[in-house]
Amino acid sequence: MHEPQESGVQHPIMPGNTAITPLARVVRNSRLRFVLYVAIAALLIAAPFLIEAALGRAWVRIIDIALLFVMLALGLNIVVGYAGLLDLGYIAFFAVGAYTYALLASPQFDLHWSFLALLPIGALVAAFFGVLLGAPTLRLRGDYLAIVTLGFGEIVRIFLNNLNRPYNITNGPQGITLIDPLHIAGANLAKTQTVAGVSIPSLHSYYFVFLVCALIAAFISVRLENSRIGRAWIAIREDELAAAAMGINTRNVKLLAFAMGATFGGVAGGLFASFQGFISPESFTLLDSIMVLCMVVLGGMGNVAGVVLGAVLLTALPEALRYAGPLQQSLFGAVYIDPSDLRMLLFGLALVLMMLFRPAGLWPSSIRRRELAATREPSGTEGADVRR
Amino acid sequence: MLEVEALEVGYGGIRAVKGIGLTVRDGELVTLIGANGAGKTTTLKALSGLLRPSAGRVRYNDRDITGLPAHELVKSGIALVPEGRGVFARLTIEENLAMGAYIRRDPDVAADYNRAYTLFPRLAERRKQLAGTLSGGEQQMLAIARALMSRPKLLLLDEPSMGLAPLMVQKIFETIKAVAAEGVTLLLVEQNAKLALELCSRGYVMESGMIVLADDADSLLRNPQVRHAYLGE
Repeated sequence: MHEPQESGVQHPIMPGNTAITPLARVVRNSRLRFVLYVAIAALLIAAPFLIEAALGRAWVRIIDIALLFVMLALGLNIVVGYAGLLDLGYIAFFAVGAYTYALLASPQFDLHWSFLALLPIGALVAAFFGVLLGAPTLRLRGDYLAIVTLGFGEIVRIFLNNLNRPYNITNGPQGITLIDPLHIAGANLAKTQTVAGVSIPSLHSYYFVFLVCALIAAFISVRLENSRIGRAWIAIREDELAAAAMGINTRNVKLLAFAMGATFGGVAGGLFASFQGFISPESFTLLDSIMVLCMVVLGGMGNVAGVVLGAVLLTALPEALRYAGPLQQSLFGAVYIDPSDLRMLLFGLALVLMMLFRPAGLWPSSIRRRELAATREPSGTEGADVRR
Repeated sequence: MLEVEALEVGYGGIRAVKGIGLTVRDGELVTLIGANGAGKTTTLKALSGLLRPSAGRVRYNDRDITGLPAHELVKSGIALVPEGRGVFARLTIEENLAMGAYIRRDPDVAADYNRAYTLFPRLAERRKQLAGTLSGGEQQMLAIARALMSRPKLLLLDEPSMGLAPLMVQKIFETIKAVAAEGVTLLLVEQNAKLALELCSRGYVMESGMIVLADDADSLLRNPQVRHAYLGE
């Protein structure tokens, strides 16, 4: 009967009063903030050239892919991070976007539409598939939802694999080749461009396009989080029944989460198809869905900056671990463990360590941070009073 | 204000509410008492639109609202304080109140925070604190304050005394009285029959999905049947 917390003990948790870091001080000063932004912009623009100079062209490609994964992770973050709906088939929307682009801009049907039309179409088609997945799963949550979404992802992949008979639509497991590259203002991005005397290789051009798209995705994510609809998602994540009692139309709001998340995936898919020039169902497996989910969870569910960080790190980490082979060679004179085995081993180890030491992600959202602070607090000095 | 006729609500094949009727008039405090599993919570869920009734009619301010979803009922002025409080544990008190005002787009919302904090000074001290770190009684206060943020005309309260220490229950009931004094009509579901009947003017007694008694609260308090079954005498 006795409720210890009833006794009026003051809880010391005041999330607003976190210590001001030097970075926060810079951000508060408007002139310094401007300098900071210009520096970041300059760094982002110079990035592909610097990376190429330091690490070689292969790494520019990795960064390009990382930016696509940033978009994917941000999209999945809307569904999983904001609305709390565990989606294990998210890569299906990436596939839908990619195939929409590929079918309408390749020799497959001899259609060559402009990407300016195709990206919005890809987004819309993906959003439609998002609703298609969302509608029958409105009453499901947690593990049940995860199973259905997992099935959905596989269904899409298997359809793409088999839609070559009786009518050949997707070309089956062979995939679609010779997909049109992006053309911007008459310039073919698959070729090296020369702008104002600076020669910009194809990988660099794509980097800039992907960067702009990723920035837009991040901007939309941040705006959504602090919007009415973002609050509705968070309320549903916390307590769906209470959210409904607040007057939130839970059905529409959940469908919107699926559709919005899918949109990001669809756009990323279209860009992926144009970038690679070739796609096949093999690029859209369950493992890819799980990879994107890992980016969201490890980066920091619900926090845009964390999710971006997670996507970049988890794309780069497996690539960086490729150097394990040459490293062994130079250290021990022989390769004892196959780098490809070692990669997955170290990758798994990294995940386990992350979960042990940063359970809320590398850069957790403020809500998760507060929650952790709240659970940690009772072991502190004031906690002794609360426990009494 | 609220007229319920032959309301039936079921989960799958099981009928939890088997054709009940009740009325709540403007400005009244009405209670629905009964034992565990009698169907009280199910009734409230149906009245607030969280469950669809399988039969019967619900009229609110002379409008048929049977089967309307919760988000439309909140807009028309019916708010529910859910059983077990249902505060958003990982949001602060202030954010919880903001969620209560979700349907509103008028500029008076800011003033209503102050109203909530005046009514519940305890919440004002902790507005930046996570709702999940509040005590049970404080969470109940927050749940009521949050429901009031939608400016309801009819407030449905589901077991506000649940799991609270006796002293806290007293406090909660005092605040419920204060809410009623502001002109909000109340339908209160309670297991604590004595407190509920002392607070309200009329009461219904529910047993296994049916209403078995309906009377003035005073008469119910004197009714030997009620005294025996619900007041432990």
